[in-house]
Amino acid sequence: MIEFRFEGRPVAAEEGQSIGAALHAAGIRSWRTTRFGGRPRGLFCAVGACFDCLLTVNGTPDQRACQTVARAGDEVTG
Amino acid sequence: MTYDLAVVGAGPAGLTAARVAAARGLRVALLDAYAKPGGQFLRGTAPPRLTGVDVMLGQRVWAVEKSSGGFRVHASATTTAATLLVATGAHDRVVPFPGWDLPGVLTAGGAQALVKGERIRPGEEAVVAGTGPFLLPVAVTLLDAGVRVKEVLEANRPSPRMAAALARVPSKAGEALGYARRLAAARVPYRTGHAVVAAHGEDSVEGVTVARLTPGWRPYAWRTVDCDTVAVGYGFTPQVDLLLQLGCAVEGDHVVTDDRQRTSVDGVLAAGEVTGVAGAPGAVVEGALAVHSLVGEPPPRLLAEKARLRRFARALDLSYPVRDGWRDWLTPDTVVCRCEEVTLRAIDEARDLGAHDPRTVKLLARPGMGWCQGRMCGHAVARLTGHEPAPQKRPFAQPITLADLTLHDREDNA
Amino acid sequence: MVGAGIVGASCAYALMRAGVRVTVVDRGGVASGTTGAGEGNILVSDKEPGPELELALRSNDLWRELAEECGGFEWEPKGGLVVAETPEVLDALTAFAETQRRHTRAAGAGPGDPETTPPASGAVAAVPVAAGNLRDFEPHIADGLAGGLHYPQDAQVQPMLAAARLLKASGARLVRTAVERFLVSGDRVTGLRTGQGDLHADAVVNAAGTWAGNFPQAPLPIRPRKGFILVTQPFAVPPVRHKVYTAAYVTNVASDAEGLETSAVIESTRAGTVLIGASRQRVGHDTAIDYPVLARLARQAIGLFPVLKDRQVMRAYAGLRPYSPDHLPVIGPDHRLRNLFHACGHEGAGIGLAPATAEMITAQIAGARPAVDPAPFAPGRFA
Repeated sequence: MIEFRFEGRPVAAEEGQSIGAALHAAGIRSWRTTRFGGRPRGLFCAVGACFDCLLTVNGTPDQRACQTVARAGDEVTG
Repeated sequence: MTYDLAVVGAGPAGLTAARVAAARGLRVALLDAYAKPGGQFLRGTAPPRLTGVDVMLGQRVWAVEKSSGGFRVHASATTTAATLLVATGAHDRVVPFPGWDLPGVLTAGGAQALVKGERIRPGEEAVVAGTGPFLLPVAVTLLDAGVRVKEVLEANRPSPRMAAALARVPSKAGEALGYARRLAAARVPYRTGHAVVAAHGEDSVEGVTVARLTPGWRPYAWRTVDCDTVAVGYGFTPQVDLLLQLGCAVEGDHVVTDDRQRTSVDGVLAAGEVTGVAGAPGAVVEGALAVHSLVGEPPPRLLAEKARLRRFARALDLSYPVRDGWRDWLTPDTVVCRCEEVTLRAIDEARDLGAHDPRTVKLLARPGMGWCQGRMCGHAVARLTGHEPAPQKRPFAQPITLADLTLHDREDNA
Repeated sequence: MVGAGIVGASCAYALMRAGVRVTVVDRGGVASGTTGAGEGNILVSDKEPGPELELALRSNDLWRELAEECGGFEWEPKGGLVVAETPEVLDALTAFAETQRRHTRAAGAGPGDPETTPPASGAVAAVPVAAGNLRDFEPHIADGLAGGLHYPQDAQVQPMLAAARLLKASGARLVRTAVERFLVSGDRVTGLRTGQGDLHADAVVNAAGTWAGNFPQAPLPIRPRKGFILVTQPFAVPPVRHKVYTAAYVTNVASDAEGLETSAVIESTRAGTVLIGASRQRVGHDTAIDYPVLARLARQAIGLFPVLKDRQVMRAYAGLRPYSPDHLPVIGPDHRLRNLFHACGHEGAGIGLAPATAEMITAQIAGARPAVDPAPFAPGRFA
């Protein structure tokens, strides 16, 4: 297991697991809101096609959580 | 260096093609967007051994171009090859319904990927809904992961045609029977002529409305079911972006290929879901056939197998269509385009302004203008404007940063 | 009315309000051509002193009126910011702005007969911005620029919505079918032969955009000039506030070069995306994607707004600007056939110039005197 941080709190992930899956498994189902209606967004297609699951990884914005493998020490924000 | 063959997509079709081509002495590059090979189907299985293949993972191919000696395949680096095989698979096709953008609503393929590829349990209690035989393995996968699957809802009704098609493909028939037994053993009801027509919750799904459907999918007899997870899938949409960039002919939602996987554009091959074949066995056969179009003659056995699987795919298409009644599930406030938060009302307003086709609706109301570029809503928007869904041209098959794009100014490279 | 782009829609709107019953015919429906491929610019800043500037100033006023009385098309009076990379370019830019101001005043005062040369409805406002003050306008703009000019009159609309709203508000009938040819009797046009039969009319207006030159009975030298737009990801708050472009844009617009020209033109939209242009190429009706051109646009955009570097592009598309040999629009009665009027050839300025074009056409059809001198736009000038 490795550990990364989401909005400052630790989240565990298996080696090779995506950030999106690790967050979802940790009960964090939503990590951003839409820009007009403020609707919650998390995983939907989980295969990189829908772009619902965007988040910021180590300062790089708009990464697909389902396509980004979690690495130890990653700083992740919504 | 220029490869003999560049394969985009490391699912069953691409892996097979790369392996067979390397075994025949071709210089092969295999690219995939994900960090591991296998595609959606083989996710989570042990990576296959590929000797003699340059495997490039984490490569999101955003464009392909013709060049003098073949093709340039643009990902984070550019790969050149004399022949290109596109095996980029498909993603779930989903129809919108109220609440479908709540977290906890997943595509069926997404729910399966989370279990098989990511080894997580997507939720505690799930409802699986949609149409097509794929719902069965998804439900079984969720069961295996410890999810309590409350119901499996098939919007269509079993047809004699499908039973006949299944009977001609014994492996498929056996598979379906196995899934059915597994669901029965877990006492999971499988209901045909039913659908999830709404999802409820504040920040995440807390329950769904299930309705009985007329044969045209109009809902009646509603009830609610508590659950924290919904897996929905109404068939698949082939990811033909790269093939459209090169101008390959399409038919319906898939690319046209001949019996050796050749598209209408010289040097461009396609295999797997992009050609309209359904499922991994067909993808494997097509991956192998694609190599035979380069080296030698295709074995008659493969050609026969392909023909059989094609007929099966066609039977699937005809047996599990998306029927128009889903429009009655929507309210004016239902979000149709998740990215741009375009509601049914906004789409109707655009039509009232004179938009008569999906493109003009998009120009006026923005469905399909967001991050996913219409991958999720394109089918629904086309249907809502009375048109057959058709693949859209996307100059960027993946978004890329402006900085990365600047690297492709050829004057710079010269 | 042949064409349901911004020019056709504006003309339909103006004519219907003047009591003329209009039927609009377009094979693709509303905004299916050049209108659907632009940024929605309403500019005075890039117009050289002359007739087009007068038309642009008049149109600028009319757009403000349309935003009030029709609206619903994302009218944004955001202003333009033209920036210069070097002191030399800044000097040239400042001198250019001075000629814009002077010309406008001259047009109002004469030398011509004030009765036949009506004053332009306004004057160009251009305010010098020192290098150190550029960030007051654009907080994310690059370091090292020499300065610029702020054009507060420059504005933007969502062009497809503008065409659709104007057409809807006009009450004109839209027929979606191809126009095969003009119906001609002797020396006059009597209507259109369309894919849905013949339409008879007292007057026909040719607002067919890039196809406007192709009617064999009344050909015009109008050809397409291709341009790309790159569309970025949506931003919650886009990093670009004005329409921002470099001085090179003005020279490219006026240029006659056959080959590729690019200059940075950047603006955001109400939807949160940033639009990046502009390229110019003469390659016929070909709208194929050309990645090296897109790469160059990306580089120029980063040059102006380094913050865009790590942001993503989602989409790109090509549009065709209908241009005439002297880069002026073609507006007015045909010189060969009576009852035929042209409203075309606006190149990349069709959105901005549409309302004043419509006003001119409406006056000409009614036999009244237009607000702006129509002589420089007369179709017969190429004969």
